[in-house]
Amino acid sequence: MMTRNEPTPPPNAPAPEPDAWGGQSRISALAEALAPVLLGVCGLITVLTTVGILLVLAVQSLEFFVKSGVGIGDFLFGTVLKPEASPPRFGILPLVWGTFLVAFGASCIALPIGLMSAIYLSEYAPRSVRGVLKPTLELLAGVPTIVYGYLALLLVTPVLKAILEPLGLRVEQFNALSACVVVGVMIVPLVSSLSEDVLSAVPAGLREAAYGLGATKFEVSTRIVLPAGLSGVVASFILAISRAVGETMAVVLAAGMMPQITLNPLTSVETMTTYIVQVIGGEASYGSPKYLSLFAVGLALFGITLTLNVLSSLVLRRYREVYQ
Amino acid sequence: MSDAADADFRPHRRLRRLLGPIFGAACLLATLTGVVVLTVLMGAILSAAVSGPPHAPWYDLGAHARELGSLVSRLLANRQSSDPSAAGYHVGVIGSLWLLALVATLGIPVGIGAGVFLEEYLPAGRVRRLIQTNIANLAGVPSIVYGILGLALFVRAFGVKGLALGPSLLAGVMTLSLLILPTIVITTQEALRTVPPSLRQAALALGATRWQVISGHVLPAALPGIMTGTILGLSRAVGETAPLLMVGAAGSLLRAPRGPLDRYTALPVEIYNYAKEPNREFQAVAAGGILILVVLLLSMNAVAILIRNRFRRGR
Repeated sequence: MMTRNEPTPPPNAPAPEPDAWGGQSRISALAEALAPVLLGVCGLITVLTTVGILLVLAVQSLEFFVKSGVGIGDFLFGTVLKPEASPPRFGILPLVWGTFLVAFGASCIALPIGLMSAIYLSEYAPRSVRGVLKPTLELLAGVPTIVYGYLALLLVTPVLKAILEPLGLRVEQFNALSACVVVGVMIVPLVSSLSEDVLSAVPAGLREAAYGLGATKFEVSTRIVLPAGLSGVVASFILAISRAVGETMAVVLAAGMMPQITLNPLTSVETMTTYIVQVIGGEASYGSPKYLSLFAVGLALFGITLTLNVLSSLVLRRYREVYQ
Repeated sequence: MSDAADADFRPHRRLRRLLGPIFGAACLLATLTGVVVLTVLMGAILSAAVSGPPHAPWYDLGAHARELGSLVSRLLANRQSSDPSAAGYHVGVIGSLWLLALVATLGIPVGIGAGVFLEEYLPAGRVRRLIQTNIANLAGVPSIVYGILGLALFVRAFGVKGLALGPSLLAGVMTLSLLILPTIVITTQEALRTVPPSLRQAALALGATRWQVISGHVLPAALPGIMTGTILGLSRAVGETAPLLMVGAAGSLLRAPRGPLDRYTALPVEIYNYAKEPNREFQAVAAGGILILVVLLLSMNAVAILIRNRFRRGR
């Protein structure tokens, strides 16, 4: 791009045209004109992705409802999911229940741990410790989810069995609790890094004022810094729940494929993502109601995660404390 | 100060002083769970991988390393098999390398281009805010939904025969490219924002055109940040399993793909297939595959984090 031709205009040359300044050579003028167009196409692709997702989910779900004759009410609130029965029953309430059971259990583990580690990193950690711990947590976020699923099979379920079976509790090979554990561990880095960003951004003047009034470190952390960054912390919680809802491989390997509404976390449940994987891995032929149902479940999943994500950004924007 | 007020404060003083360090220690423990998890993860996988019959004592590290080395080289050389001692990941590793290379050539330029367009060309306003919100929301879409998109759009093309790619490598690449697009766009934008405006103004003042400013000055200055995002995106693409299951990465395939339209399978998909085998003999095979995948991805991410931290310190 840095072409350098020495302009040697003849003495009485006509003045250059006003729009000829775009480049000394034709090629760079062409690049100048083409670049925004090509880059714009790239930008357009991001918009088209959203359009594509909405279009695919809407069209195929519509086809499902038309072909299977299932009403939207029966679909959303039906408690029986038996695509193989005749007539097939497509109530996704068991899937939604399983999804939220796992997400709830995972949150119970991840939210306190993530928040406490965010407080440690932003309030307590010396600079050097923080410099080591933060990249480690980031590294943990890069572990693929299939690894966590395998960890559930290899380690978490056997440990749960070893602890709970002597107490007389029956632990199934695939159970919701081990899914909760691995998904919880998986989303800790998300909570801690997002919350830590917010807590670190709380102005030092607030802390210093509290210390000046005689507050202890614990009081500063929990009564000054945490309330000041609360909107960001809550937003990170909601994002983490959304991630747990959309998580697939860890749940497929850990929680099994038994669609049921149960409060017992030691039995197998089925989540929405697991159902989608089960249908695509099964023998359902293209265009059959069972095959099409994966799109309808996908639409419901997309709706839930989108709602959570929008809610998270709303909380962040609406309740943010603004400091000068 | 009156005695009553003094008495009000005094009883809590010791408790208040004590609570700080206790809370700090609890928070430190919570932070360390991450490190503990990483250690337990690697330990469990290593011990599952080398639990073969010839048991050396645990302190004989040389023997374990040799055993591990022979396991990994065996897994890399063998194809899929129903016999645990002959099973391996040869086809999956080659498929994953294909995916990596094609996503890098197809998906990454589009992501960087979109980031440059949003940051350097598109004027601030309603359109830009809309696209920005859209990208933020795309980043939160579960990966399996991208798989559904790829299934309907690329693999089946809504049933139009001529356009459908089938369960080919290209369909997988396009799906993964869309999946990592938001990550690439967001990190590219962040990197471009760190380039000081004075650099642009200086180049413009010397008569450089807009594209010359971007390609000659802004992009090179933002390169470390863009590299970080690119590596993180690629490592995510290599580790993803669910979307590939959706767009038809084959469960069992004995021939490595030769071109973008061939059938393919990927390392995480093969790991999934071995991991769900009820036969416990396959545990060592699955653990070995996980080991290959985790070492590959963690080293990619470590490089990305190193580049970013060095870049941050430089400023």
